[in-house]
Amino acid sequence: MNVQTWTYLIVGLSFALYIGIAIWSRASSTKEFYIAGGNVSPISNGMATAADWMSAASFISMAGMIAFGGYGGSVFLMGWTGGYVLLALMLAPYMRKYGKFTVPEFIGERFYSRTARIVAVICLIIVSVTYVIGQMKGVGVAFSRFLETDYNTGLYIGMAIVFFYAVLGGMKGITFTQIAQYVVLIFAYTVPAIFISLKLTGNPIPQFGLGGSVADGTPLLEKLDKVIQDLGFNQYTTSVNGSKLNMFVYTMTLMIGTAGLPHVIIRFFTVPKVSDARLSAGWALLFIAILYTTAPAVAAMARLNLTETIQPGPVGEATGNLEYEKRPEWFKNWEKTGLLKFEDKNGDGRIQYYNDKNKTFTTKAAEYGWAGNEMTTVDKDIIVLANPEIANLPGWVIALVVAGGLAAALSTAAGLLLAISSSISHDLLKGILRPDSTEKQELNASRLAMVGAIAVAGYFGINPPDFAAGTVAIAFGLAASSIFPVLMMGIFSKKMNRQGAVAGMIAGMSVTLLYVFQHKGILFISSTSFLGSMEPNWFLGITPNAFGAIGALVNFAVAFAVSKTAPEAPQEVQDLVESIRVPSKG
Amino acid sequence: MKMENEINLKERRKSYWRANLRILAILMSIWFTVSFGCGILFVEPLNEIKLGGFRLGFWMAQQGSIYVFLVLIFVYVRFMNKLDRKFRFEEEND
Repeated sequence: MNVQTWTYLIVGLSFALYIGIAIWSRASSTKEFYIAGGNVSPISNGMATAADWMSAASFISMAGMIAFGGYGGSVFLMGWTGGYVLLALMLAPYMRKYGKFTVPEFIGERFYSRTARIVAVICLIIVSVTYVIGQMKGVGVAFSRFLETDYNTGLYIGMAIVFFYAVLGGMKGITFTQIAQYVVLIFAYTVPAIFISLKLTGNPIPQFGLGGSVADGTPLLEKLDKVIQDLGFNQYTTSVNGSKLNMFVYTMTLMIGTAGLPHVIIRFFTVPKVSDARLSAGWALLFIAILYTTAPAVAAMARLNLTETIQPGPVGEATGNLEYEKRPEWFKNWEKTGLLKFEDKNGDGRIQYYNDKNKTFTTKAAEYGWAGNEMTTVDKDIIVLANPEIANLPGWVIALVVAGGLAAALSTAAGLLLAISSSISHDLLKGILRPDSTEKQELNASRLAMVGAIAVAGYFGINPPDFAAGTVAIAFGLAASSIFPVLMMGIFSKKMNRQGAVAGMIAGMSVTLLYVFQHKGILFISSTSFLGSMEPNWFLGITPNAFGAIGALVNFAVAFAVSKTAPEAPQEVQDLVESIRVPSKG
Repeated sequence: MKMENEINLKERRKSYWRANLRILAILMSIWFTVSFGCGILFVEPLNEIKLGGFRLGFWMAQQGSIYVFLVLIFVYVRFMNKLDRKFRFEEEND
């Protein structure tokens, strides 16, 4: 069977499974629709949370970001896992004890304020919508690239599948499909990694292979350091992302952003007990760590493979570089998609792939007769997507990676869509506009909101707005600067009042948005960026993507300052806080 | 009698919360040390130490910190379950 047939087969089977689950797990009450009835076991919820959390970006792009960032890529690894410690220790148990349906609902009741609830809904919707656009794009791209359908058709198929289980089953359907999707995606990620590790280092466990040695006995990482430095790139194991201060702030932003993402927090409403919420966060991180500790191995190994394929001989000798005509099959395949681009600048028919931004090295390169880096595009996604082909793995493995990427994108999309639709039907409609609606009406409204959310996400997937490019900056920045601090204060500061909370949220969000917009353009229209994205204008050299943690600091500072000017939270609210701090009535 | 129980409950809640904050402080300082400390601030000196084919600082940033995070959560689960029992705040099974 060829790759195409395998892909249709495996993707088709996985989709049939998701639809089967959808039919089997329909929701019949709002409790089932919003929190899967509240009786999901900690281990199942952990698995569902892992799939909910690991998006198309984690699956497809992260290894590439590490491969080309080296040590600097560690911010993603530490940031996107360390957030679970915050979630487990400081948020999940208390949110579970509060025990209702949505994050804005908690904020509204804890800060006895409709304004606070509405501001929270706005933050939630901005965060989740930008995030879901990225997932929709991932689905469209996976389809068009591997199944040779049109991008839009792929997106419609994806929407139809999500429609099925999210509209029928709500959180209940989403939970069970996410469990299935986790299994698909983790299998798809680890199988190629095991093969490559075995091939390169003789060790089948990628986490150990990364510290192992290649065929000639040199440690893999030492070899990689040398090979890429010989081509003028920064040393892999020490190259920083911006500066150390930037790495520090960026990691913090990703950590608190992770802990503040509403679609992740609501997963912890689905377990029966407070102690289950703690345990479940542990399981979630375990399932996530399987992928996150494999990714750096995939990154280093694929980078070495890629570099050595293009530069098989000594640097500087005319025959040291790969002849373009003799390039391998996968190279041709990925050229077609535009993820790899070659331009023969010196006309020698061979490929020179080196760092032409490195001044000292370009002088040397000129002596070799090189006229600039000829790999004009090496997309970071190539690291995961082309990995099985680079390692010559069988067709079914390639098909599996496609199914895995789709599972990652769909599972995250569904979680986000639920967070959006429940904040509309439960917070805005039931909570504020129509408090007297019956449960049946609310359930219908939530289904309708879900349909609307899918339509909006699909529309933006087909016509991606400029700001979709800044998903990471917006989603993590806002979650970190608005939602995380307000939840923390809601739990840990009993006296914090509504004036402080609302002012803090608005201040944190504004500062972050302003910083991102001034460097990347208002709503990411780059012509409107009044400070330009140039480095000298960055505050302390902090990149816009990393700024959320600073926004969070502003949030806390403003909240405490403003709260001093108004009376402290009323007694019944302080009683509520005391009651959520302990797991039971006692 | 009822009054006494309520005062008692308030006290128990207070002590439970204080004990909980102590556990948080310990675990969060480990969280900070392994990631921001070993993985970022002190990565260079740690890189002088070799761990198999790894430089230690690099390993902490890309592998070690994640393993420590995992251990931290499971340790927290154990500590808190004990604390729930000690202060009689465990949840009933339903």
